[in-house]
Amino acid sequence: MFTIRKKEVLANNIYLMDIEAPRVAKSCYPGQFIIVKMDEKGERIPLTVCDYDREAGTVTIVFQVVGASTERMAAYEVGDTFRDFSGPLGCKSELIDEDPEVLKKKKILFVAGGVGTAPVYPQVKWMHEQGYDVDCIIGARNKDLIILEDAMKKVAKNVYVATDDGSYGFKGNVNDKIKDLVNNEGKQYDQVIAIGPVIMMKFVCILTKELGIPTIVSMNPIMVDGTGMCGACRLTVGGEVKFACVDGPEFDGHLVDFDESMKRQQMYKTEEGRALLRQREGATHKNGGCGCGGDH
Amino acid sequence: MDMLTRIPVREQEPKVRATNFEEVCLGYNQEEAQMEATRCLKCKNPRCQQGCPVSIDIPGFIRQVEEGNIEEAYHVISMYSALPAVCGRVCPQESQCEAKCVRGVKGDAVSIGKLERFVADWARENNIKPKAAETLNGKKVAVIGSGPAGLTCAGDLAKLGYEVHIFEALHEAGGVLSYGIPEFRLPKQTVVQSEIENVKALGVKIETNVVIGKSTTVDQLMDEEGFDAVFIGSGAGLPKFMGIAGENANGVFSANEYLTRNNLMKAFDETYDTPIVGGKKVAVVGGGNVAMDAARTALRLGAEVHIVYRRSEAELPARVEEVHHAKEEGIIFDLLTNPKEILVDDNGWVKGMKCVKMELGEADASGRRRPVEVPGSEFELELDTVIMSLGTSPNPLISSTTHGLDTNKYRCIVADEEHGKTSKEGVYAGGDAVTGAATVILAMGAGKAAAKGIDEYLTNK
Repeated sequence: MFTIRKKEVLANNIYLMDIEAPRVAKSCYPGQFIIVKMDEKGERIPLTVCDYDREAGTVTIVFQVVGASTERMAAYEVGDTFRDFSGPLGCKSELIDEDPEVLKKKKILFVAGGVGTAPVYPQVKWMHEQGYDVDCIIGARNKDLIILEDAMKKVAKNVYVATDDGSYGFKGNVNDKIKDLVNNEGKQYDQVIAIGPVIMMKFVCILTKELGIPTIVSMNPIMVDGTGMCGACRLTVGGEVKFACVDGPEFDGHLVDFDESMKRQQMYKTEEGRALLRQREGATHKNGGCGCGGDH
Repeated sequence: MDMLTRIPVREQEPKVRATNFEEVCLGYNQEEAQMEATRCLKCKNPRCQQGCPVSIDIPGFIRQVEEGNIEEAYHVISMYSALPAVCGRVCPQESQCEAKCVRGVKGDAVSIGKLERFVADWARENNIKPKAAETLNGKKVAVIGSGPAGLTCAGDLAKLGYEVHIFEALHEAGGVLSYGIPEFRLPKQTVVQSEIENVKALGVKIETNVVIGKSTTVDQLMDEEGFDAVFIGSGAGLPKFMGIAGENANGVFSANEYLTRNNLMKAFDETYDTPIVGGKKVAVVGGGNVAMDAARTALRLGAEVHIVYRRSEAELPARVEEVHHAKEEGIIFDLLTNPKEILVDDNGWVKGMKCVKMELGEADASGRRRPVEVPGSEFELELDTVIMSLGTSPNPLISSTTHGLDTNKYRCIVADEEHGKTSKEGVYAGGDAVTGAATVILAMGAGKAAAKGIDEYLTNK
């Protein structure tokens, strides 16, 4: 059993939790993920490591309510336990093992989209602890969905906030902000690390390819075991099939087949919707009373 | 009774069982078991025992069954096997113990597997547990993986007085017994759970959610956590794909994923959260036991199911009993057929599979006749789901993070057959991690051999 030590609401439907998991806390690195299974009947949910405290033995996760499982998870409180918490899984960020001399000279821009700010944070924090300055764009649809801004400001040299509707910070999406920095503020970057919704990562990669900036993305496909035994998380990178759980989740964004990945993410879309409906309204749809023929 | 014919075993009717996940084979009752036991000739030099990878004293336990001493029969088996309720169900007895049975020369071999199963089930129902060691010897052994190899190795070492910790990556112990073999062949709650409880009753501790190579490493277990020896029984869980076009389409699964969702995550049960795409028309590519399991699972989820296999029926690697069951239940066999391409619709979903007819040509290096394409015989199967069951290979996670552990070109850990000794001192390995995908009982045999090897190593150290 893994106890929840802290719970915070970061934004509407976005939650942060510190979980007591000494083995994971001891060995995890930025870029890696964990799998949580709430209880006996729960599914295995992959979540990126957002922070860790090796001494306290805790790991921080951030999740957004997107379906029945995450909605159920959001109802857990401090002191409650998760049945399973497995990890760390996947490869650590390449930055961790890069030659310090090379890294010192690199100008790095992190691009965080929505809840993707959570996996960006530990990387920026790690860079800060090693003494490297990096810039970071945090983007979201509106002001209410911006998370971890204060935490990020403590570890990044420059934090730029962008909202689609202009309700806070720069008006426009993260791509508009990248263009603004490069074209109007004379910024030059040698490396972009973009983490967020697949559609955002796709468009960031189209732009950075034009700009000639190598770009790393963190993919978030459907997973089951997270240890390489099933291939549910497979994706195509540079024409080759890779398993995100063991070969990634970070890949060269200019080589990823985003369209295929987006289609694969939809595979259980109706199932998720069904599960949510079942939870909220019971099995009222079985008889097709709503006109759906009992299919939903 | 006709001594040449085995006592038949009761089974669920094919039409009924095709719609549920209950166990197909109902097993013997005591009367049937005692009758079948009378067919055993109690050979002085029992050949059946040579056919068993863990060398169970088969005439010994059958004699006890015949006399009605079922508890005593269980203790005889327990001296050799930690998982009799599993082995009695899933071993390919027809090519092991029963293949050597003298009765089989003229008539049916004795139903050794079904008798073993009866004894183990009886022991469970009557709450008979194996006995733990009375004193511990103060030495600690780590076992990586809780599949058949690990459970057997751990059980044997615990009986010898070692403090044994099993580390399991998934959230349940059992390995392929939990995620791979379906409920209708191997019930989880009754059979698998209780066999694991028996291993725990011997004093073995099982820690789940620990991924060796990530959460910690073999070197750390030995250097930091004080383990005197390590047994690696991590299996061969990495699925293979064909590499044909369309394979990443929605609706294409590895058999591992399909079976894990259904067996470990219980996707077939609506009260569990994990979803599964059952499919309406499913093709399972491959002809092994895993292919049969995936096909029969898809059938129970309501699909029309085709087995697509490139050789003929005689070459199917699956157990004869499983092929027979699959046919009875209505699985369609498209033999001498090979997929060329998976056809995908505009939304990225499988809509069919382009296949080609095959014929058997010359024998290849392995002695099997090689299938060759029949020119111009391409055709399309209309489908919404494809399950790839092409075999598995060992996951390199442990071998790549352990210093001084040699692997071969198939990424299998190199270990000697007699004791499971690897290139690294104090580290032993066995089961599919060493041999590549094989059988439950061979993995148990390897776990047993390694327990002996580890005991000798630590006793002489």
